[in-house]
Amino acid sequence: MSLLEVNNLDVRFALRRGDVKALRDVCFTLDRGERLGIVGESGAGKSVAAFSLLNLIAKPGYIAGGSVRFDGQELTGMSDRALRRIRGHRISMIFQDPMMTLNPVLTIGEQMIECLKAHRRIASREARAIALRKLQQVQIPSPEARLDQYPHELSGGMRQRVIIAIALLLDPDIIIADEPTTALDVTIQAEIMALLLELCEKHNVGLILITHDLGVVSQVTQRMLVMYAGRVIEQGPTREIINAPQHPYTQGLMNALPQMATPGERLNQIPGSMPSLDNLPSGCAFHPRCSFTQRADGSERSACHSQVPEFVTSGNCRVACHMVTEMLERERIPAEETTR
Amino acid sequence: MTATMTAPAGETAAPDTTRPLLEIRGLEKRFSLSGDFLEQLKFKGGKLIREQKRVHAINGVDLEIQRGEALCVVGESGCGKSTVARTVMGLLHPSAGEIRYDGQRIDDLSTQALMPYRRRMQMIFQNPYASLNPRMTIQQTLEEPIRLHHPDWPRQKVADKVAEVMASVGIAQDWGKRYGHEFSGGQRQRIAIARALAVDPEFIVADEPISALDVSIQAQVLNLLMDAQQQHNLTYLFITHDLAVVEHFGTRVAVMYLGRVCEVAPTATLFATPRHPYTRALISAIPRLEDDRPQHIRLEGEVPTPVDLPSGCVFHARCPHADARCREEVPALIASDGGAQVACHAVEEGRLD
Repeated sequence: MSLLEVNNLDVRFALRRGDVKALRDVCFTLDRGERLGIVGESGAGKSVAAFSLLNLIAKPGYIAGGSVRFDGQELTGMSDRALRRIRGHRISMIFQDPMMTLNPVLTIGEQMIECLKAHRRIASREARAIALRKLQQVQIPSPEARLDQYPHELSGGMRQRVIIAIALLLDPDIIIADEPTTALDVTIQAEIMALLLELCEKHNVGLILITHDLGVVSQVTQRMLVMYAGRVIEQGPTREIINAPQHPYTQGLMNALPQMATPGERLNQIPGSMPSLDNLPSGCAFHPRCSFTQRADGSERSACHSQVPEFVTSGNCRVACHMVTEMLERERIPAEETTR
Repeated sequence: MTATMTAPAGETAAPDTTRPLLEIRGLEKRFSLSGDFLEQLKFKGGKLIREQKRVHAINGVDLEIQRGEALCVVGESGCGKSTVARTVMGLLHPSAGEIRYDGQRIDDLSTQALMPYRRRMQMIFQNPYASLNPRMTIQQTLEEPIRLHHPDWPRQKVADKVAEVMASVGIAQDWGKRYGHEFSGGQRQRIAIARALAVDPEFIVADEPISALDVSIQAQVLNLLMDAQQQHNLTYLFITHDLAVVEHFGTRVAVMYLGRVCEVAPTATLFATPRHPYTRALISAIPRLEDDRPQHIRLEGEVPTPVDLPSGCVFHARCPHADARCREEVPALIASDGGAQVACHAVEEGRLD
């Protein structure tokens, strides 16, 4: 049994004009110490997926179905009181903008001690010692002085180090990091990612990394999910997906990267843009932008227009695409005939 | 009558293709942090003294942009790359130095005299949510620059021009009646590009035009910019922090750090053999798809504040190759192999290959 198991998670936002399905049928697992990347464009539902794990979705959002099991406990429907013992303690979060996450009127030390005292019966002096040790772990220069500084006195990179220190404060099992380096510069991003990777490995902490940057996912994670319009469309080992993406959207996303084209040539763009969640196309949500809705012989694959694709296992990956399903069936039938 | 033609004596009025389209010489820009005169007065040690604090956003930048090329300026936030773009466009006045457009000095011109240049150079901004007027329809947005620069054009000619420019960036004619908020980020950036192209410019300054967009949309907008370059024979000054985009898009690259240019080189040369220690670190920090492990060069510390500039080379405090000379003497851009120019004592002395 995995440490975290998410099954058929459904999240909706109740709006006056009806429910918007922000997340549909999301399934994934995370083992102890494993690093999972969630990739997608804005509006694909990757942040909602991460927030719903800890029931952090603000109204009018609600979890409409599915389950989140963490270490044998069901988290959906758990009382806030019980959830608070898990949030920030066994599963902690790192958000995109470190300035928004830190309290501007408390010193770094006060915020760290506050967090420790909320979860443990602990003396202030001891809490301060733990806070200092965590700041040392994230390699902040002169950690002792930082404890008495306010967030605005630190640079962006240093604030994100403080955030990581706070996330590690209670030795969590899982860290959920939502675009942790998007607001930072390239060289600082590289350092923060290297630090996060090193700490997760050293302390055997699981990581759920939400990002739109395929390069970062490729370097940090072992497995990845690709999301599109509220659904997971492909998941599997990161290296395999990066080297040989199977879903046409993942392929398109990879091919659209400037690294993939000859300098000066046109990039391989995906036409159109992601549909809005309250006006999804029928069938596969990607079909209006997909260049594979026709078979090789020119006939139209009607299922793309009418049926939501089911997940099929292809190699080590799971893909939700009618084309992949068809290809797998075609491979399997001749194989069965010859064995007969 | 046009100021375009009033070239100084001795220079030909016809466009000279050998001359760079844009020349920036010794450009400096400082922003005052201390408010007005009275706020600058401080009482120290029994004396009343005037104290001024300044942000040194650009500290002596020299750049040339040739016709038809795309010069990319890269660097981290606060390095002054956007300030360079805005100063070139005349949105900010330089504190020192000069900017020449097609041989003519433009940084000291009056608003009136600048008008012909404003038509020839256009700007695309980073945030398409802020750069479109929310109270104007797309038609009005696209007509405005044409009306401003060609007040004598009849209405039909303006409408034809708008239709033409809309078609060239691939936006449907019926968008004209709609407002900016009805469009997605990528669509808005298309409109912003159409607005820039509406007055047939020859030079476009693009300040992080795709940073606010998603990956699949970035590719669309980048393709559009490259198509426009071919169709209209445009020259670009392209500001970005995304090195992958630079590698794909740029003819030449200028790397900036703390208000100074540390390396200028043709794109292929820069990515194959980065010379300046900062460029090396920057390129090594790009998250690559191929390797599993980050192998980046770690830089000590952080970018110093542009309020108190370090002495000597601005990069010396973080540079693993810095010595006494680096701490005292400001390095100048010196021509190196492969058309590159590098401002580094270590490279010049051969301490660094």
